[in-house]
Amino acid sequence: MSLNKLTIAGARDALRKGEVTSVEITEACIAAIDGADALNAYAHKTPELALEQAKAADARIRAGDAPAMCGIPLGVKDVFCVKGVPSQAASNILAGFRPEYESTVTQNLWNAGAVMLGKLGMDEFAMGSTTESSCYGAVVNPWKVDDALRSPGGSSGGSAAAVAADLCLAATGTDTGGSIRQPAGFTGTVGIKPTYGRVSRWGVIAYASSLDQAGPMTKSVRDAAIMLEAMASVDPKDSTSAEIPVPDYEAMLTGDIRGKKIGIPREYRVDGMSDELAKFWDEGARMLKDAGAEIVDISLPHTKYALPAYYVIAPAEASSNLARYDGVRYGHRAHLSAGDGIVEMYEKTRAEGFGPEVQRRIMIGTYVLSAGYYDAYYNRARKVRTLIKRDFEQAFAAGVDAILAPTSPTSALALGQLADASPVEMYLNDVFTVTLNLAGLPGVAVPVGLDSKGLPMGLQLIGRPWGEGELLNEALVLERAAGFTHKPAQWW
Amino acid sequence: MSIDIDTARKVAHLARIRVAEEDLPKLADQLSGILTFMEQLNEVDVTGIEPMTSVTPMRLKRREDVVTDGGYAEQILKNAPDAREGFFAVPKVVE
Repeated sequence: MSLNKLTIAGARDALRKGEVTSVEITEACIAAIDGADALNAYAHKTPELALEQAKAADARIRAGDAPAMCGIPLGVKDVFCVKGVPSQAASNILAGFRPEYESTVTQNLWNAGAVMLGKLGMDEFAMGSTTESSCYGAVVNPWKVDDALRSPGGSSGGSAAAVAADLCLAATGTDTGGSIRQPAGFTGTVGIKPTYGRVSRWGVIAYASSLDQAGPMTKSVRDAAIMLEAMASVDPKDSTSAEIPVPDYEAMLTGDIRGKKIGIPREYRVDGMSDELAKFWDEGARMLKDAGAEIVDISLPHTKYALPAYYVIAPAEASSNLARYDGVRYGHRAHLSAGDGIVEMYEKTRAEGFGPEVQRRIMIGTYVLSAGYYDAYYNRARKVRTLIKRDFEQAFAAGVDAILAPTSPTSALALGQLADASPVEMYLNDVFTVTLNLAGLPGVAVPVGLDSKGLPMGLQLIGRPWGEGELLNEALVLERAAGFTHKPAQWW
Repeated sequence: MSIDIDTARKVAHLARIRVAEEDLPKLADQLSGILTFMEQLNEVDVTGIEPMTSVTPMRLKRREDVVTDGGYAEQILKNAPDAREGFFAVPKVVE
């Protein structure tokens, strides 16, 4: 087996036994990346940095000081600031920006000895579900079953494609409304969005601060447990970072879920759900039942309102967060004509630097926060958010341990398939994922099978706040029962 | 709620994004579509419900109001499109 195909757990064990070196694994990944330009997963490659870090990791392993992530080559979503490396959230407005500082998540990973292969493509400012809205061009899904090139989903599409195509052992992602779980589902990989506050947002380029949360995208549930532990921390630099110690998630993977109560939310069985998706969902519930869990029908009555609430709250926060891109402190500044003042500089810079979807969301956010509409839209959406969270709280209070649901209405779409869709039609992709961002809950996507087209299908498990360990254990049971071992056939 | 061209122009200006006059009708149309979608929220009875301010029940952290960071103007200015003599430089501002 080529070394780039290793899992984190497999590589860790082989590294500790001295059967392989980090330099060898890293070289295998670099070769795989250079052979995969057709996928456009990597926006910025950092092979020299990777080899330097790999050498240091090997020395550390030889010295007997090797945390689990030591020597593991990773891809990093372009939304994370990495010192000295282009970090622009796939936006032209941050062209040329090289941070003078490091995000807490990546710092935690480098402290643990992980290796940086490069920056991964994404939807601009993480706003999108296809990774087509990017200054680097669309990322291509390694899963190809006919003539069509497919989207890996989004916004962490580069991360998902890189993990599925073995262009790294794992990758970082961020999830504001499903941006880890939906692309994981589209590429047959695993992704977890932790509880809001579990992973520091410091140095992660902000989209919607009350919803954004970073997490790992991996080849297995075990790898997600290992990498989440390394990413998570209590961080004084993030005022919403929770003062709760990070547990040993891997040690919680017992594979025993007997007696656990798994809720099936009836409102997620939306009109027009395909028979195929319904079948995968039923199958998933049966697998958990066979493992000794109790399956219960539950109601989350405000589910229908999650999407419109999300598309008020997220753009409102984005309009505020993205006000910082004004052509003054970093990134792009428009060329000005004689007589142009500072307002022209702002307006031209932002028109040139932001792509169409980002501009739309900023303007929607500006509108819903403007005088006269604040109560009608923004405050109402925040009240509905309270009700959505309450739905989950009531389910958990009734004894439900986790909730099983689909990750997205379809399998991976062809590139360009949504080109003529209205913004609202595009937003419908997020119908199953946004609810738990609004409620701050953890959710993990696990691949469970291939659809009739031969494309991966994922299911997500939603857990209690701070219950990532238990949630990953339930995901492990689903992963084992589904036995998903498919990989995309290499065509690139 | 439908957004007319004048409102679209005003929103674009508030957001400090230049939108060409000929692009305003399409923008108004798209924004209207999104707002119509949001109007579903009016079906929900929110009487007596508090708007959410924090998704996890936590108080924002507080600390002593003292300087804990700083002293590296050069790094702060390093990515600026135009920096001179230790300052960010912008076009002349005349109010």
